[in-house]
Amino acid sequence: MDGNFDLGWWGVWIAIAGGALRVSTPYLFVSLGETLTEKSGRVNLGLEGILVMGAMSGYGVAVLTGEPWLGVLAAGLAGAALGLLHGLICNLPRVNDVAVGISLFIFGTGLAFFLGKPFIQPTAPRLPHLELGAWSSLPQLRAALEVNALFLVGLALVPLLNWGLRNTKWGMILRTVGDSSDAARALGYNVHRVRTLATMAGGFLSGVGGSFLSLYYPGTWNEGLSSGQGLMAVTLVIFARWNPVHCLYVALLFGGATALGPALQTVGITSNYYLYGAAPYALTLALLVYSSSTRHALAGAPSELSINR
Amino acid sequence: MSLNPPAAVEAAGITKRFGALAALDGVSVRFAPGSFHALLGENGAGKSTLAKCIMGYYRADAGELFIGGRKRTVTNPRQAHRLGLGMVYQHFTLVPNMTVMENLVLGGERLPAVIDWRAERTRLEEFLAAMPFRLGLDRRVAGLAAGEKQKLEILKQLLLGHRFLILDEPTSVLTPSEATEILGLMRRMTDEGKLTVVLITHKLREVEEFAREVTVLRGGRVAGHGPAGDLSHGELVRMMIGREEVSPPAARAGGVRTGAVLELRGLTASSDRGVTAVRGVSLAVGAGEIVGVAGVSGNGQTELVEVLAGQRQEESGSIHVAGGPYLRTREETRKKRVFLLPEEPLRNGCVRSMTVAENLAIRNFDAPENTRWRWFLRRRAILRQAQDLIGRYGIKTQGPNARIEILSGGNVQRTVLARELSAEVSVLIAQNPCTGLDLQAVAEIRNQIIMVRNAGAAVLLLSEDLDEILELSDRIVVMFEGRLVYETLRGEADVQVIGRHMAGRG
Repeated sequence: MDGNFDLGWWGVWIAIAGGALRVSTPYLFVSLGETLTEKSGRVNLGLEGILVMGAMSGYGVAVLTGEPWLGVLAAGLAGAALGLLHGLICNLPRVNDVAVGISLFIFGTGLAFFLGKPFIQPTAPRLPHLELGAWSSLPQLRAALEVNALFLVGLALVPLLNWGLRNTKWGMILRTVGDSSDAARALGYNVHRVRTLATMAGGFLSGVGGSFLSLYYPGTWNEGLSSGQGLMAVTLVIFARWNPVHCLYVALLFGGATALGPALQTVGITSNYYLYGAAPYALTLALLVYSSSTRHALAGAPSELSINR
Repeated sequence: MSLNPPAAVEAAGITKRFGALAALDGVSVRFAPGSFHALLGENGAGKSTLAKCIMGYYRADAGELFIGGRKRTVTNPRQAHRLGLGMVYQHFTLVPNMTVMENLVLGGERLPAVIDWRAERTRLEEFLAAMPFRLGLDRRVAGLAAGEKQKLEILKQLLLGHRFLILDEPTSVLTPSEATEILGLMRRMTDEGKLTVVLITHKLREVEEFAREVTVLRGGRVAGHGPAGDLSHGELVRMMIGREEVSPPAARAGGVRTGAVLELRGLTASSDRGVTAVRGVSLAVGAGEIVGVAGVSGNGQTELVEVLAGQRQEESGSIHVAGGPYLRTREETRKKRVFLLPEEPLRNGCVRSMTVAENLAIRNFDAPENTRWRWFLRRRAILRQAQDLIGRYGIKTQGPNARIEILSGGNVQRTVLARELSAEVSVLIAQNPCTGLDLQAVAEIRNQIIMVRNAGAAVLLLSEDLDEILELSDRIVVMFEGRLVYETLRGEADVQVIGRHMAGRG
């Protein structure tokens, strides 16, 4: 380190931007996954459980095999399995997907804590990152532009999902099922099967989002790893109006809010650290109040969503 | 896109049972190619069941199906589609958040894995050019009027190459002019021999105006058949209900008295989705007057009735009854004698799991005559009241202690009617009071409404059935997108003008 230049308030903004790039990854994956699930007309509130389960299984497999990408895959598969469980239970008659989601949340977290006990000590290999700031002589900027590979995967997924929802058979079927199950049935589609697959896909992405927590940032496995990102992602999807591109923007916004406390520390503001740490939760609350006001409620929401009926 | 000529379709001796009930009992019908064939009958006569047997939604217990003279077994809708049979349902099967083009592509034979929208657009524009009606490909379905959605459903079927189309009560959601336009177009296509149309309906006017052939179903059997032109109105009614005439309409007695009893002042309210559904509605209803609110469903009528019923909070404006503000508390409702016949009475006017007697007593179970020492119910008095009302209003139930939810729709409606109209009425608010009822029940309920009016009540009637509005109202207003956009007196009402306003083209 050749010493930090004093950048004043610019440093705060750079730190927030860097934090947004770093911390937003789990928000991005979970919200993209939930967008897929909700587009099919079903809500999965168990994302937090899936996230923690993904973090644990990703870490465990990375420790055992020494290969972080295998960990990511394992995290996705664990998430898909939990998604499948959610999907199958919700297919039963008179089952409420909100209630099932909450039990899945508790089940997933509990299972991860139980199975994850042996992995608290060992260290797993971390996921690689790209030094996009290598050109700069400012260490702050270099740190901010250390972009992890998983974020880039998420970034590539955004236009892909956006395009796929509009231009592919699967996208059309998914939207049909989410928007009018009557129409879907009349067209001969199996509504339950589509929703189950969509919940599985959503679980896969959420699990991958979880693996980021244990394999990149903060980069260890412990029981306090997730701080509610999975739950906040549900709000995020509503605010993003079920649009993958908006998911990216909102994920960056949340990432930035999470980085607020540490960023202020860089300019020496250390009082109220925990207050700034609460920024993402305050943001969630504000967005919830905003988007649930009856005036502009939920325009653009899939009509079959149970929060919508 | 070429139109192949349609094939003859014949159903022979179709029987379909649901449990002990025979919905269809040996029904035989032949639909000649290029005919416009009406299937006429009351609710529960078996019209839709027959259509669903032909389309493969139901498997008939007995009977055969011939298409183009060859015996066919159709076990699912896909098979029926492959044979060129198509059906347009009463409830639209369109995806509301998608465009017209997306819906047409979605309804296609098979979806390609990746959709080439440019090629689809060219193909669809070519197809539409050959059709008698057109729709903008990029319009969102949620923004289409009901008539346009109906057209889109029909286009979807024609695009698939289906030349035998069953239309299930297609006009129930349309304005009169939309209905005339669509049925007229369908008739023209059949006259040109491009199409066979089977029109499922209970409206005699449609049969007389558009159908070339008619088959009447009653109680799951064929009650009559013939060229539509050869059967008189009386004959069709007799075939439909099994007797010559329903009870004659009650006479309107006494004029409208001056002074408003029910008055709405600038009422505004939002729907569940947060959209403003009722926009500044001001209206006064006098004693001995029926004001009919015409309009296509979904133009704010339901929200307006919910505000009047106290189920929904108004955003601004006020309601006045007999000169004073009316806040819809239970006490006020009773004191001002305001009564209500809501739509979907089982949901809006009853407690499903309670008995008929309890539901009949919802208004007055705590009145002195039904209580002892003010706190204890006198079940015997409540039961006696129920027995009296069941007899007087002809409610068909196993007894006063049967749960209301097991009653048929017509009898639930009669129960609510008995409860709301048996006391002295100052204000009556009714929404679609006759939906889904048979002709006899419809006649009885309309007579009751006239009698309440004659006795001096102010009646606000909201109905999607324009014929009902025209028959009952002293004054007619039209509601469109939450506003009252037109008003006319009974004597001066012109169906065409009203229909135009219902479609927002005043």
